Amino acid sequence: MSHLLKISKYVLYDIARNKVMIAYTLFLLIASMGLFQMEENSSKAVLSLLNIVLIVIPLVSLVFSTIHWYNSYEFIELMLTQPLSRNKVLLSEYAGISSSLVVAVLIGLGVPILIYNFNAVGLSLLLIGCLLSLVFTSISFWASVKSRDKARGIGVALLLWFYFTLIFDGLLLLVLFAFSDYPLEKFTLIVSSLNPIDLGRIFIMLQMDVSALMGYTGAIYKEFFGSSLGLLYTLGIMILWTILPLWLALISFRKKDL
Amino acid sequence: MIKIQNIRKRFKRLNALNDITVEFRKGQVIALIGPNGSGKTTLIRSILGLVKPDSGKIYCNDIAINETVEYRDNIGYMPQVGRYPDNMKVGQLFTLIKNIRGLEKNTDEELYYKFKLDTILEKPMRTLSGGTRQKVSAALAFLFDPEILILDEPTAGLDPLSSEILKSKIIAEKKRGKLILITSHVLSDLEEFTTDIMYLNEGKMIFFKSIDEVRSETGEDKLSKSIARIMRDQQKTELQYFKIAR
Repeated sequence: MSHLLKISKYVLYDIARNKVMIAYTLFLLIASMGLFQMEENSSKAVLSLLNIVLIVIPLVSLVFSTIHWYNSYEFIELMLTQPLSRNKVLLSEYAGISSSLVVAVLIGLGVPILIYNFNAVGLSLLLIGCLLSLVFTSISFWASVKSRDKARGIGVALLLWFYFTLIFDGLLLLVLFAFSDYPLEKFTLIVSSLNPIDLGRIFIMLQMDVSALMGYTGAIYKEFFGSSLGLLYTLGIMILWTILPLWLALISFRKKDL
Repeated sequence: MIKIQNIRKRFKRLNALNDITVEFRKGQVIALIGPNGSGKTTLIRSILGLVKPDSGKIYCNDIAINETVEYRDNIGYMPQVGRYPDNMKVGQLFTLIKNIRGLEKNTDEELYYKFKLDTILEKPMRTLSGGTRQKVSAALAFLFDPEILILDEPTAGLDPLSSEILKSKIIAEKKRGKLILITSHVLSDLEEFTTDIMYLNEGKMIFFKSIDEVRSETGEDKLSKSIARIMRDQQKTELQYFKIAR
Protein backbone atom coordinates (compact mmCIF):
# COMPACT_ATOMS: atom_id res chain seq x y z
CA MET A 1 0.00 0.00 0.00
CA SER A 2 2.73 2.46 0.91
CA HIS A 3 4.54 1.67 -2.35
CA LEU A 4 1.38 2.43 -4.23
CA LEU A 5 1.17 5.86 -2.64
CA LYS A 6 4.84 6.61 -3.25
CA ILE A 7 4.57 5.85 -6.94
CA SER A 8 1.28 7.67 -7.42
CA LYS A 9 2.76 10.65 -5.62
CA TYR A 10 5.56 10.71 -8.13
CA VAL A 11 3.12 10.34 -11.06
CA LEU A 12 0.98 13.15 -9.65
CA TYR A 13 4.03 15.36 -9.19
CA ASP A 14 5.07 14.67 -12.78
CA ILE A 15 1.62 15.53 -14.16
CA ALA A 16 1.25 18.66 -12.03
CA ARG A 17 3.99 20.29 -14.08
CA ASN A 18 2.50 19.11 -17.35
CA LYS A 19 1.47 22.03 -19.58
CA VAL A 20 -1.51 20.18 -21.05
CA MET A 21 -2.91 19.61 -17.58
CA ILE A 22 -2.48 23.27 -16.64
CA ALA A 23 -4.13 24.35 -19.91
CA TYR A 24 -7.04 21.97 -19.27
CA THR A 25 -7.63 23.36 -15.78
CA LEU A 26 -7.45 26.93 -17.07
CA PHE A 27 -9.82 26.13 -19.93
CA LEU A 28 -12.41 24.70 -17.55
CA LEU A 29 -11.96 27.64 -15.21
CA ILE A 30 -12.24 30.32 -17.91
CA ALA A 31 -15.15 28.62 -19.71
CA SER A 32 -17.23 28.20 -16.57
CA MET A 33 -16.34 31.64 -15.19
CA GLY A 34 -17.24 33.18 -18.56
CA LEU A 35 -20.57 31.38 -18.80
CA PHE A 36 -21.60 32.35 -15.29
CA GLN A 37 -20.57 35.96 -15.95
CA MET A 38 -22.37 36.27 -19.28
CA GLU A 39 -25.66 34.61 -18.47
CA GLU A 40 -28.09 36.50 -16.30
CA ASN A 41 -29.83 33.31 -15.33
CA SER A 42 -27.41 30.97 -13.61
CA SER A 43 -29.38 27.82 -14.43
CA LYS A 44 -29.04 28.69 -18.13
CA ALA A 45 -25.31 28.94 -17.59
CA VAL A 46 -25.32 25.51 -15.95
CA LEU A 47 -27.10 24.08 -18.99
CA SER A 48 -24.41 25.44 -21.31
CA LEU A 49 -21.74 24.28 -18.92
CA LEU A 50 -23.31 20.83 -18.88
CA ASN A 51 -22.66 20.42 -22.58
CA ILE A 52 -19.04 21.45 -22.19
CA VAL A 53 -18.59 19.08 -19.29
CA LEU A 54 -20.13 16.14 -21.12
CA ILE A 55 -18.00 16.64 -24.22
CA VAL A 56 -14.68 17.97 -22.96
CA ILE A 57 -14.13 15.94 -19.78
CA PRO A 58 -14.45 12.49 -21.40
CA LEU A 59 -12.34 13.59 -24.37
CA VAL A 60 -9.51 15.02 -22.29
CA SER A 61 -9.59 12.14 -19.81
CA LEU A 62 -9.38 9.56 -22.59
CA VAL A 63 -6.71 11.22 -24.70
CA PHE A 64 -4.59 12.54 -21.87
CA SER A 65 -4.42 9.24 -20.01
CA THR A 66 -3.70 7.31 -23.18
CA ILE A 67 -0.81 9.59 -24.15
CA HIS A 68 0.48 9.61 -20.60
CA TRP A 69 0.38 5.83 -20.47
CA TYR A 70 2.55 5.46 -23.55
CA ASN A 71 4.91 8.22 -22.44
CA SER A 72 5.46 6.57 -19.10
CA TYR A 73 6.08 3.14 -20.56
CA GLU A 74 9.74 3.35 -19.58
CA PHE A 75 8.80 4.30 -16.07
CA ILE A 76 6.40 1.38 -15.84
CA GLU A 77 9.09 -0.97 -17.07
CA LEU A 78 11.56 0.41 -14.54
CA MET A 79 9.05 -0.10 -11.75
CA LEU A 80 8.46 -3.68 -12.84
CA THR A 81 12.15 -4.57 -12.52
CA GLN A 82 11.77 -3.62 -8.85
CA PRO A 83 10.02 -5.88 -6.36
CA LEU A 84 6.57 -4.53 -7.25
CA SER A 85 3.63 -6.47 -8.58
CA ARG A 86 1.97 -5.55 -11.84
CA ASN A 87 -1.29 -4.78 -10.08
CA LYS A 88 0.44 -2.30 -7.84
CA VAL A 89 2.20 -0.54 -10.70
CA LEU A 90 -0.95 -0.24 -12.80
CA LEU A 91 -3.12 0.89 -9.90
CA SER A 92 -0.62 3.51 -8.79
CA GLU A 93 -0.45 4.86 -12.33
CA TYR A 94 -4.24 4.97 -12.35
CA ALA A 95 -4.41 6.67 -8.99
CA GLY A 96 -1.88 9.30 -10.11
CA ILE A 97 -3.53 10.12 -13.43
CA SER A 98 -7.15 9.99 -12.33
CA SER A 99 -6.57 12.04 -9.20
CA SER A 100 -4.81 14.74 -11.21
CA LEU A 101 -7.75 14.86 -13.63
CA VAL A 102 -10.19 15.07 -10.74
CA VAL A 103 -8.19 17.88 -9.17
CA ALA A 104 -8.30 19.75 -12.49
CA VAL A 105 -12.12 19.41 -12.52
CA LEU A 106 -12.41 20.42 -8.88
CA ILE A 107 -10.42 23.59 -9.52
CA GLY A 108 -11.68 24.43 -13.01
CA LEU A 109 -15.31 23.64 -12.39
CA GLY A 110 -15.61 23.56 -8.63
CA VAL A 111 -14.38 27.06 -7.88
CA PRO A 112 -16.81 28.86 -10.26
CA ILE A 113 -19.69 26.67 -9.07
CA LEU A 114 -18.82 27.48 -5.48
CA ILE A 115 -18.88 31.20 -6.28
CA TYR A 116 -21.86 31.50 -8.62
CA ASN A 117 -24.12 28.50 -8.34
CA PHE A 118 -23.67 26.72 -5.04
CA ASN A 119 -26.76 24.49 -5.00
CA ALA A 120 -27.87 20.93 -5.72
CA VAL A 121 -27.64 21.38 -9.50
CA GLY A 122 -24.15 22.85 -9.34
CA LEU A 123 -22.91 20.16 -7.02
CA SER A 124 -24.37 17.36 -9.15
CA LEU A 125 -22.60 18.86 -12.16
CA LEU A 126 -19.35 18.81 -10.23
CA LEU A 127 -19.98 15.25 -9.06
CA ILE A 128 -20.70 14.03 -12.59
CA GLY A 129 -17.58 15.82 -13.85
CA CYS A 130 -15.40 14.00 -11.32
CA LEU A 131 -17.06 10.63 -11.92
CA LEU A 132 -16.70 10.96 -15.69
CA SER A 133 -12.98 11.68 -15.24
CA LEU A 134 -12.59 8.46 -13.26
CA VAL A 135 -14.67 6.42 -15.72
CA PHE A 136 -12.90 7.58 -18.85
CA THR A 137 -9.42 7.27 -17.36
CA SER A 138 -10.29 3.70 -16.54
CA ILE A 139 -11.60 3.04 -20.06
CA SER A 140 -8.48 4.54 -21.59
CA PHE A 141 -6.29 2.29 -19.42
CA TRP A 142 -8.01 -0.76 -20.78
CA ALA A 143 -7.59 0.48 -24.36
CA SER A 144 -3.91 1.35 -23.81
CA VAL A 145 -2.99 -1.96 -22.20
CA LYS A 146 -4.70 -3.79 -25.04
CA SER A 147 -3.10 -1.90 -27.92
CA ARG A 148 0.64 -2.08 -28.31
CA ASP A 149 1.61 1.10 -30.11
CA LYS A 150 0.79 4.68 -29.32
CA ALA A 151 -0.92 5.63 -32.60
CA ARG A 152 -3.35 2.74 -32.32
CA GLY A 153 -3.98 3.48 -28.65
CA ILE A 154 -4.89 7.10 -29.32
CA GLY A 155 -7.01 6.01 -32.28
CA VAL A 156 -8.96 3.62 -30.09
CA ALA A 157 -9.39 6.33 -27.44
CA LEU A 158 -10.83 8.76 -29.99
CA LEU A 159 -13.09 6.11 -31.44
CA LEU A 160 -14.43 5.30 -27.98
CA TRP A 161 -15.11 8.98 -27.41
CA PHE A 162 -17.04 9.18 -30.70
CA TYR A 163 -18.98 6.12 -29.70
CA PHE A 164 -19.99 7.44 -26.30
CA THR A 165 -20.80 11.01 -27.38
CA LEU A 166 -22.33 10.51 -30.84
CA ILE A 167 -22.80 6.98 -32.09
CA PHE A 168 -24.48 5.59 -29.00
CA ASP A 169 -27.06 8.40 -28.94
CA GLY A 170 -27.72 7.92 -32.63
CA LEU A 171 -28.35 4.23 -32.16
CA LEU A 172 -30.55 4.87 -29.14
CA LEU A 173 -32.64 7.41 -31.04
CA LEU A 174 -33.01 4.94 -33.90
CA VAL A 175 -34.33 2.28 -31.53
CA LEU A 176 -36.65 4.72 -29.78
CA PHE A 177 -38.00 5.90 -33.11
CA ALA A 178 -38.57 2.41 -34.44
CA PHE A 179 -40.40 1.28 -31.31
CA SER A 180 -42.14 4.54 -30.52
CA ASP A 181 -45.51 2.78 -30.22
CA TYR A 182 -44.37 0.93 -27.12
CA PRO A 183 -43.78 2.29 -23.62
CA LEU A 184 -40.01 2.63 -23.44
CA GLU A 185 -39.42 4.61 -20.24
CA LYS A 186 -37.91 1.75 -18.25
CA PHE A 187 -36.00 0.50 -21.26
CA THR A 188 -34.46 3.90 -21.90
CA LEU A 189 -33.44 4.18 -18.29
CA ILE A 190 -31.63 0.86 -18.40
CA VAL A 191 -30.03 1.49 -21.78
CA SER A 192 -28.79 4.90 -20.71
CA SER A 193 -26.82 3.17 -17.97
CA LEU A 194 -24.77 1.62 -20.76
CA ASN A 195 -23.36 5.05 -21.50
CA PRO A 196 -21.91 7.01 -18.58
CA ILE A 197 -22.20 10.29 -20.49
CA ASP A 198 -25.93 9.77 -21.08
CA LEU A 199 -26.47 8.76 -17.51
CA GLY A 200 -24.69 11.90 -16.36
CA ARG A 201 -26.75 14.06 -18.68
CA ILE A 202 -30.07 12.63 -17.54
CA PHE A 203 -29.04 12.86 -13.90
CA ILE A 204 -28.20 16.56 -14.14
CA MET A 205 -31.07 17.53 -16.44
CA LEU A 206 -33.56 16.08 -13.98
CA GLN A 207 -32.14 18.15 -11.15
CA MET A 208 -33.01 21.25 -13.17
CA ASP A 209 -36.28 23.07 -13.80
CA VAL A 210 -36.14 22.33 -17.54
CA SER A 211 -37.24 18.77 -16.76
CA ALA A 212 -40.74 20.17 -16.29
CA LEU A 213 -40.87 20.63 -20.07
CA MET A 214 -40.29 16.97 -20.76
CA GLY A 215 -43.86 15.88 -20.17
CA TYR A 216 -44.98 12.59 -18.75
CA THR A 217 -41.69 10.73 -19.33
CA GLY A 218 -39.83 13.52 -17.66
CA ALA A 219 -42.09 13.24 -14.67
CA ILE A 220 -41.37 9.54 -14.30
CA TYR A 221 -37.63 10.15 -14.52
CA LYS A 222 -37.79 13.07 -12.18
CA GLU A 223 -39.46 10.90 -9.61
CA PHE A 224 -36.62 8.40 -9.89
CA PHE A 225 -33.56 10.60 -10.34
CA GLY A 226 -34.81 13.31 -8.01
CA SER A 227 -34.90 10.85 -5.14
CA SER A 228 -31.89 9.66 -3.17
CA LEU A 229 -32.36 6.28 -4.85
CA GLY A 230 -31.58 7.94 -8.18
CA LEU A 231 -28.42 9.43 -6.77
CA LEU A 232 -27.32 6.06 -5.41
CA TYR A 233 -28.16 4.37 -8.71
CA THR A 234 -26.12 6.89 -10.69
CA LEU A 235 -23.21 6.63 -8.29
CA GLY A 236 -23.33 2.84 -8.38
CA ILE A 237 -23.41 2.62 -12.17
CA MET A 238 -20.58 5.15 -12.48
CA ILE A 239 -18.44 3.23 -9.99
CA LEU A 240 -19.16 0.05 -11.91
CA TRP A 241 -18.05 1.84 -15.06
CA THR A 242 -14.82 2.76 -13.28
CA ILE A 243 -14.06 -0.63 -11.79
CA LEU A 244 -14.96 -2.88 -14.69
CA PRO A 245 -12.59 -1.47 -17.37
CA LEU A 246 -9.83 -1.10 -14.78
CA TRP A 247 -10.28 -4.71 -13.74
CA LEU A 248 -10.13 -5.85 -17.37
CA ALA A 249 -7.01 -3.73 -17.83
CA LEU A 250 -5.43 -5.41 -14.79
CA ILE A 251 -6.19 -8.86 -16.16
CA SER A 252 -4.58 -8.23 -19.52
CA PHE A 253 -1.69 -6.27 -18.00
CA ARG A 254 -0.78 -9.24 -15.81
CA LYS A 255 -0.32 -11.42 -18.89
CA LYS A 256 1.32 -8.79 -21.06
CA ASP A 257 4.91 -8.97 -22.35
CA LEU A 258 6.69 -5.69 -21.94
CA MET B 1 19.99 -19.85 -7.36
CA ILE B 2 18.15 -19.53 -10.63
CA LYS B 3 16.60 -22.61 -12.15
CA ILE B 4 15.04 -22.49 -15.57
CA GLN B 5 12.92 -25.42 -16.70
CA ASN B 6 11.79 -25.96 -20.27
CA ILE B 7 10.81 -22.42 -21.00
CA ARG B 8 9.45 -21.56 -24.38
CA LYS B 9 8.45 -18.23 -25.83
CA ARG B 10 7.18 -17.38 -29.27
CA PHE B 11 6.68 -13.87 -30.62
CA LYS B 12 4.35 -14.44 -33.55
CA ARG B 13 6.61 -16.24 -36.03
CA LEU B 14 9.85 -15.77 -34.13
CA ASN B 15 10.84 -18.58 -31.83
CA ALA B 16 12.56 -16.47 -29.18
CA LEU B 17 13.17 -19.20 -26.61
CA ASN B 18 12.95 -22.86 -27.50
CA ASP B 19 12.87 -25.30 -24.60
CA ILE B 20 15.63 -23.93 -22.42
CA THR B 21 16.58 -25.74 -19.24
CA VAL B 22 19.49 -24.49 -17.22
CA GLU B 23 20.61 -23.80 -13.68
CA PHE B 24 22.76 -20.93 -12.48
CA ARG B 25 24.57 -21.16 -9.16
CA LYS B 26 26.02 -18.77 -6.65
CA GLY B 27 29.49 -17.52 -7.54
CA GLN B 28 29.10 -18.12 -11.25
CA VAL B 29 29.68 -15.35 -13.74
CA ILE B 30 27.79 -16.43 -16.80
CA ALA B 31 28.37 -14.91 -20.19
CA LEU B 32 25.32 -15.17 -22.42
CA ILE B 33 26.59 -15.25 -25.94
CA GLY B 34 24.89 -15.59 -29.26
CA PRO B 35 24.17 -13.75 -32.51
CA ASN B 36 21.68 -10.87 -32.60
CA GLY B 37 18.14 -12.05 -32.06
CA SER B 38 19.20 -15.33 -30.49
CA GLY B 39 17.00 -14.80 -27.42
CA LYS B 40 19.50 -13.50 -24.86
CA THR B 41 17.48 -10.45 -23.88
CA THR B 42 14.23 -12.44 -23.92
CA LEU B 43 15.79 -14.92 -21.48
CA ILE B 44 16.88 -12.11 -19.18
CA ARG B 45 13.52 -10.40 -19.38
CA SER B 46 11.79 -13.70 -18.62
CA ILE B 47 13.87 -14.06 -15.45
CA LEU B 48 12.84 -10.54 -14.48
CA GLY B 49 9.20 -11.32 -15.18
CA LEU B 50 8.87 -8.67 -17.88
CA VAL B 51 8.25 -11.33 -20.49
CA LYS B 52 5.84 -14.12 -19.65
CA PRO B 53 6.99 -17.46 -21.10
CA ASP B 54 4.42 -19.55 -22.97
CA SER B 55 5.39 -22.64 -20.99
CA GLY B 56 7.98 -23.78 -18.50
CA LYS B 57 8.97 -22.51 -15.10
CA ILE B 58 11.61 -20.27 -13.64
CA TYR B 59 12.67 -20.59 -10.00
CA CYS B 60 14.66 -18.06 -8.08
CA ASN B 61 15.96 -19.47 -4.79
CA ASP B 62 13.47 -22.35 -5.22
CA ILE B 63 10.47 -20.07 -5.47
CA ALA B 64 8.59 -19.95 -8.76
CA ILE B 65 8.85 -16.40 -10.01
CA ASN B 66 5.26 -16.07 -11.12
CA GLU B 67 4.09 -16.57 -7.55
CA THR B 68 5.92 -13.69 -5.95
CA VAL B 69 7.57 -10.37 -6.71
CA GLU B 70 9.86 -10.30 -3.68
CA TYR B 71 12.54 -12.28 -5.49
CA ARG B 72 13.30 -9.12 -7.46
CA ASP B 73 14.59 -7.67 -4.20
CA ASN B 74 17.65 -9.88 -4.76
CA ILE B 75 18.18 -8.82 -8.37
CA GLY B 76 20.00 -5.82 -9.73
CA TYR B 77 19.22 -5.27 -13.40
CA MET B 78 21.06 -3.11 -15.86
CA PRO B 79 19.10 -2.88 -19.13
CA GLN B 80 20.58 -2.78 -22.62
CA VAL B 81 19.23 0.70 -23.22
CA GLY B 82 18.40 2.60 -20.06
CA ARG B 83 15.14 4.37 -20.72
CA TYR B 84 13.83 6.62 -18.00
CA PRO B 85 11.02 9.14 -17.69
CA ASP B 86 12.01 12.35 -19.45
CA ASN B 87 11.09 14.79 -16.72
CA MET B 88 12.58 12.81 -13.87
CA LYS B 89 15.75 14.21 -12.41
CA VAL B 90 18.68 11.95 -11.59
CA GLY B 91 18.33 12.66 -7.88
CA GLN B 92 14.59 11.94 -7.95
CA LEU B 93 15.18 8.63 -9.67
CA PHE B 94 17.56 7.48 -6.95
CA THR B 95 15.26 8.68 -4.15
CA LEU B 96 12.26 6.93 -5.69
CA ILE B 97 14.05 3.62 -6.15
CA LYS B 98 15.47 3.81 -2.62
CA ASN B 99 11.97 4.49 -1.33
CA ILE B 100 10.61 1.45 -3.13
CA ARG B 101 13.37 -0.92 -2.10
CA GLY B 102 13.27 0.27 1.49
CA LEU B 103 15.35 2.98 3.08
CA GLU B 104 16.65 0.76 5.85
CA LYS B 105 18.68 -1.39 3.41
CA ASN B 106 22.44 -1.11 3.13
CA THR B 107 23.34 0.63 -0.06
CA ASP B 108 26.48 0.23 -2.10
CA GLU B 109 27.20 3.66 -3.53
CA GLU B 110 30.64 2.95 -4.92
CA LEU B 111 29.62 3.27 -8.58
CA TYR B 112 27.35 6.20 -7.80
CA TYR B 113 30.34 8.22 -6.58
CA LYS B 114 32.91 6.81 -9.00
CA PHE B 115 30.71 7.76 -11.94
CA LYS B 116 30.27 11.20 -10.34
CA LEU B 117 26.48 10.95 -10.46
CA ASP B 118 26.27 13.07 -7.31
CA THR B 119 27.30 16.07 -9.43
CA ILE B 120 24.36 15.78 -11.85
CA LEU B 121 21.48 15.19 -9.43
CA GLU B 122 19.50 18.16 -10.72
CA LYS B 123 19.69 17.17 -14.39
CA PRO B 124 16.55 15.75 -16.01
CA MET B 125 17.03 12.28 -17.51
CA ARG B 126 16.20 13.44 -21.04
CA THR B 127 19.25 15.73 -21.17
CA LEU B 128 21.68 12.89 -20.38
CA SER B 129 23.81 11.27 -23.07
CA GLY B 130 23.52 7.56 -23.77
CA GLY B 131 26.72 6.83 -21.86
CA THR B 132 25.64 8.77 -18.80
CA ARG B 133 22.34 6.90 -18.78
CA GLN B 134 24.30 3.66 -18.82
CA LYS B 135 26.20 4.90 -15.77
CA VAL B 136 22.91 5.64 -14.01
CA SER B 137 21.63 2.16 -14.89
CA ALA B 138 24.83 0.55 -13.61
CA ALA B 139 24.79 2.50 -10.36
CA LEU B 140 21.13 1.51 -9.82
CA ALA B 141 21.82 -2.16 -10.50
CA PHE B 142 24.59 -2.33 -7.90
CA LEU B 143 22.96 0.05 -5.42
CA PHE B 144 21.22 -2.47 -3.19
CA ASP B 145 24.02 -5.00 -3.03
CA PRO B 146 21.81 -7.70 -4.62
CA GLU B 147 22.73 -11.39 -4.68
CA ILE B 148 22.04 -11.63 -8.39
CA LEU B 149 23.23 -9.14 -10.97
CA ILE B 150 21.84 -9.16 -14.48
CA LEU B 151 23.76 -6.95 -16.87
CA ASP B 152 22.58 -6.60 -20.45
CA GLU B 153 25.39 -5.21 -22.60
CA PRO B 154 26.91 -3.33 -19.66
CA THR B 155 29.92 -1.81 -21.36
CA ALA B 156 28.28 -0.77 -24.63
CA GLY B 157 28.35 3.01 -24.84
CA LEU B 158 30.64 3.56 -21.88
CA ASP B 159 33.94 5.38 -22.30
CA PRO B 160 37.10 3.33 -21.64
CA LEU B 161 37.63 4.78 -18.18
CA SER B 162 34.05 4.13 -16.99
CA SER B 163 34.14 0.73 -18.63
CA GLU B 164 37.19 -0.14 -16.53
CA ILE B 165 35.49 1.11 -13.36
CA LEU B 166 32.49 -1.10 -14.10
CA LYS B 167 34.63 -4.11 -14.91
CA SER B 168 36.63 -3.86 -11.70
CA LYS B 169 33.32 -3.56 -9.83
CA ILE B 170 32.07 -6.74 -11.49
CA ILE B 171 35.28 -8.54 -10.50
CA ALA B 172 34.93 -7.31 -6.91
CA GLU B 173 31.32 -8.57 -6.75
CA LYS B 174 32.35 -11.89 -8.27
CA LYS B 175 34.87 -12.31 -5.43
CA ARG B 176 32.05 -11.73 -2.97
CA GLY B 177 30.33 -14.80 -4.40
CA LYS B 178 27.48 -13.28 -6.35
CA LEU B 179 25.69 -14.72 -9.31
CA ILE B 180 26.29 -12.49 -12.30
CA LEU B 181 24.66 -12.85 -15.70
CA ILE B 182 26.16 -10.83 -18.51
CA THR B 183 25.40 -10.50 -22.18
CA SER B 184 27.95 -8.80 -24.34
CA HIS B 185 29.32 -8.81 -27.82
CA VAL B 186 32.64 -7.47 -26.61
CA LEU B 187 34.20 -10.81 -25.78
CA SER B 188 37.51 -9.35 -24.66
CA ASP B 189 35.58 -7.58 -21.89
CA LEU B 190 34.15 -10.87 -20.67
CA GLU B 191 37.50 -12.64 -20.68
CA GLU B 192 38.56 -11.18 -17.35
CA PHE B 193 35.78 -12.47 -15.15
CA THR B 194 33.61 -15.09 -16.86
CA THR B 195 33.41 -18.53 -15.29
CA ASP B 196 30.81 -20.09 -17.58
CA ILE B 197 29.51 -19.56 -21.06
CA MET B 198 25.99 -20.09 -22.28
CA TYR B 199 25.67 -20.02 -26.02
CA LEU B 200 22.29 -19.36 -27.58
CA ASN B 201 21.26 -19.48 -31.20
CA GLU B 202 17.77 -18.92 -32.59
CA GLY B 203 16.25 -19.46 -29.17
CA LYS B 204 18.03 -22.75 -28.53
CA MET B 205 20.74 -23.34 -25.99
CA ILE B 206 23.66 -24.74 -27.98
CA PHE B 207 25.82 -25.32 -24.92
CA PHE B 208 26.45 -24.28 -21.34
CA LYS B 209 30.04 -24.97 -20.31
CA SER B 210 32.71 -23.62 -18.06
CA ILE B 211 35.26 -21.40 -19.67
CA ASP B 212 38.06 -23.94 -19.18
CA GLU B 213 36.11 -26.58 -21.04
CA VAL B 214 35.51 -24.20 -23.91
CA ARG B 215 39.18 -23.32 -24.04
CA SER B 216 40.40 -26.88 -24.01
CA GLU B 217 37.82 -28.04 -26.55
CA THR B 218 38.65 -25.38 -29.08
CA GLY B 219 42.33 -25.35 -28.32
CA GLU B 220 42.32 -21.56 -28.30
CA ASP B 221 43.61 -19.63 -25.34
CA LYS B 222 41.67 -16.47 -25.94
CA LEU B 223 37.93 -16.47 -25.35
CA SER B 224 37.18 -14.30 -28.35
CA LYS B 225 39.03 -16.72 -30.61
CA SER B 226 37.35 -19.81 -29.18
CA ILE B 227 33.90 -18.30 -29.57
CA ALA B 228 34.66 -17.11 -33.06
CA ARG B 229 35.71 -20.67 -33.88
CA ILE B 230 32.52 -22.11 -32.43
CA MET B 231 30.41 -19.65 -34.39
CA ARG B 232 32.31 -20.45 -37.55
CA ASP B 233 31.93 -24.20 -37.04
CA GLN B 234 28.25 -23.73 -36.46
CA GLN B 235 27.84 -21.76 -39.62
CA LYS B 236 29.65 -24.50 -41.46
CA THR B 237 27.31 -27.19 -40.16
CA GLU B 238 24.35 -24.98 -40.97
CA LEU B 239 25.70 -24.51 -44.45
CA GLN B 240 26.04 -28.25 -44.82
CA TYR B 241 22.46 -28.77 -43.72
CA PHE B 242 21.46 -26.16 -46.20
CA LYS B 243 23.31 -27.92 -49.01
CA ILE B 244 21.81 -31.27 -48.09
CA ALA B 245 18.37 -29.77 -47.97
CA ARG B 246 18.78 -28.41 -51.43
